[in-house]
Amino acid sequence: MTRLAVPHFTLRDLWLSTFAAGLALAYGAAVVAAAEDDPWPDLREALFEDRQIQPGDGVIRLEAPYRAYDAAIVPITLAAEMPQTPERYIKTITLIIDNNPAPVAAVFTMTPHSGTAKISTRVRINAYTNVRAVAETSDGMLYMATKFVKASGGCSAPASKDQDKAMARLGRMKLKQSTPVRLGQPNEAQLLISHPNYSGLQMDQVTRHYIPAYFVQDVTISYGNETIMTVEGAISLSEDPSFHFSFVPEGPGALTVEVRDTEDAVFTRSWPVEPEAGS
Amino acid sequence: MILALAVPARAEPLPVREVAKGVYLYQGAHGEATAENHGGIANIGFVVGDASVAVIDSGGSAHQGRRLHEAIRQVTDLPIRYVINTHVHPDHIFGNAAFLADEPDFVGHAKLPRAVAARGAYYLEGLKQRLGSASEGSEVVPPSLTVAERLDLDLGDRVLRLTAHRTAHTDHDLSVYDAVTGTLFAGDLLFRERVPVVDGSLKGWLNVMSELRAIEARRVVPGHGTPTADWPAALDRQESYLRLLRDEIRAVIRDGGTMEQAVASVAAAERDAWLLFDDYNPRNVVTAFTELEWE
Ligand SMILES: [Zn+2]
Repeated sequence: MTRLAVPHFTLRDLWLSTFAAGLALAYGAAVVAAAEDDPWPDLREALFEDRQIQPGDGVIRLEAPYRAYDAAIVPITLAAEMPQTPERYIKTITLIIDNNPAPVAAVFTMTPHSGTAKISTRVRINAYTNVRAVAETSDGMLYMATKFVKASGGCSAPASKDQDKAMARLGRMKLKQSTPVRLGQPNEAQLLISHPNYSGLQMDQVTRHYIPAYFVQDVTISYGNETIMTVEGAISLSEDPSFHFSFVPEGPGALTVEVRDTEDAVFTRSWPVEPEAGS
Repeated sequence: MILALAVPARAEPLPVREVAKGVYLYQGAHGEATAENHGGIANIGFVVGDASVAVIDSGGSAHQGRRLHEAIRQVTDLPIRYVINTHVHPDHIFGNAAFLADEPDFVGHAKLPRAVAARGAYYLEGLKQRLGSASEGSEVVPPSLTVAERLDLDLGDRVLRLTAHRTAHTDHDLSVYDAVTGTLFAGDLLFRERVPVVDGSLKGWLNVMSELRAIEARRVVPGHGTPTADWPAALDRQESYLRLLRDEIRAVIRDGGTMEQAVASVAAAERDAWLLFDDYNPRNVVTAFTELEWE
C-alpha cells in the first residue's frame, strides 16, 4: 500500500483504518471507520454528553474541500443558514476534526451583532477524517454538519516556508474590510494574525525534540462596546490564523481585535470603520 | 523479503552522461518518488577536477546515492571531497548517506541546517512510507560546511563557485557554477517541463531569477528537466508561469476573493505547458496566496 507522508503518533491504528475506509469511499459519502475505531462516539460524549444533536440542515452548513491541496492549510467555511437575530441566534460553533491529535480545532462564540454567522478559517488536518461543525443555538439546541476530508500530515508538517520573515512578523495583524461599509447590515471582513501556531508535533531533527506547542489561544473581536465574536483556538488552526467573519455596524466606530497566545503575549489592534455617507 | 536478501553489495551504476567536459549528470524522471525509482526524480550529478570530485545533489534515497557513487567510480578514483546539497528537499539530499564513508564535506546554504532541523524527520518518515524497503539506509545528513554568500571549492585546476541565494524556491537555495565549462547547476531555482514548486517565496523567486540572468553561463542544468545551452532564455517559461501565478492571485485578493476561488482559477492558461500541473499548481496557489495576502 502506498501511504502518504504522515508521521502519525498516537493515532496510528486509527489512521490506518480510516485511511482504508477512505479508499473504499470514492464518492464523498460520509465516512465512518469500523465502529470500534471511530473516535466520534467518545468525542461526542466528552463534548456534548447525552444531549441530542440534530442534522444541520437549515441551521449550519460546512464547506471543506474533499481533498486538501496542502494539509497544513485547509480552508473551511462554517455558514449559518439562519440569520442572527436577538430572538434566536447561533451562540457557538465548535469545529471538530475527528482524527486530529487535538480534535477540537476551535470554538467560535457569536452574538447577534455578527448579523450572519459565517466564518471561514484554515486548519491543519493530520489524517483522512470527518470534519464537523456543531452549532448551539441561543435556545440550547445542537445542530451538526459533517464533511469528509482527505488530507494527511498537516499537524506535523514543517512550519514556515520563510522562517526569518515569519518570526519578524509575529503578532502583526491585518484586517480586510469589504467596501462600501453598509450600516445596519452584515458586513464581511477578514482578520489575519501572523503567528507560527506551532502544533507541538513538529520535530527538530537536530535536538530530536518536538518544537513546543505555541499558538493563538483567544481572539476577541469587538465593534465599539459590543463583542462580535470570540475564538478559542488550538493547534489545529493553521500558521498565520485567518478568520473571515461578519459584523453589523449601527454607526461609525472601530473594530478592535485582541489576541492572546499560549505564552500570554497579547496583541491588540483597532481599525476605524467608516460607513459611506448615505449608505 | 527475498528481494531484500538479493540486494547486491555493489549497486548498479546510474546511467550518467557527460554534459560538458568533466561534468556528469543523471536526469531524474518526471514523476513522484516511488519504490521503483528509489526517489530518483531530481537531476543529480558530479564534477571531476584534477584532485577531487564534488557531488551536486545526492539523490532521493541512499540506494540512489550508492548508484551515483558507483557511477563516479566508473569515471574516476579521485577522492569525493564535497557533497553539495542545493536545498533540503528529499529528492536532493537522501542520497547523502551513501557518501559518509568518503568523509566529504557536506555543503549547503547557511540556512540549510535550520531547514534540515525543521524538516528532516518529517521527510525521512515520508520517504519510509512512500518507498518502504527501497528507502533502506537513507538518513538525514546535515551540512558540515555552509555558505552565507559565496564559496569557492577548488577541485584541482577547477573551481566551483557556490552562491547562496535569498528566499526563492526555498529559503536556502544554493547554485553551483563551474567556470571551466560555463555550466550552471541551478538546483530547483529552475524547473523545466515539470511545473515549478513554490516552497519559499514567489516574489523572492522572481527577484532571484533576475539575478540569475546576469550569470554568463554556457549551459544550465535545472533541478528538474533537460539541461540546455539556451541561457538565460531557459528561464523564460518558468518566469511566465510564476508571473501569472503572482498577477492572478493578486487580482483575486484585490477583488476580495478567497483562497478557494484562487485555487479554482489561477494560472489555468499555463495548464497545458507543464507536466504534473494538476498535482502542484493548486498547492502553489495556496502557498503564494498566504504570501501575497500580507502585501
Ligand atoms: Zn526542491
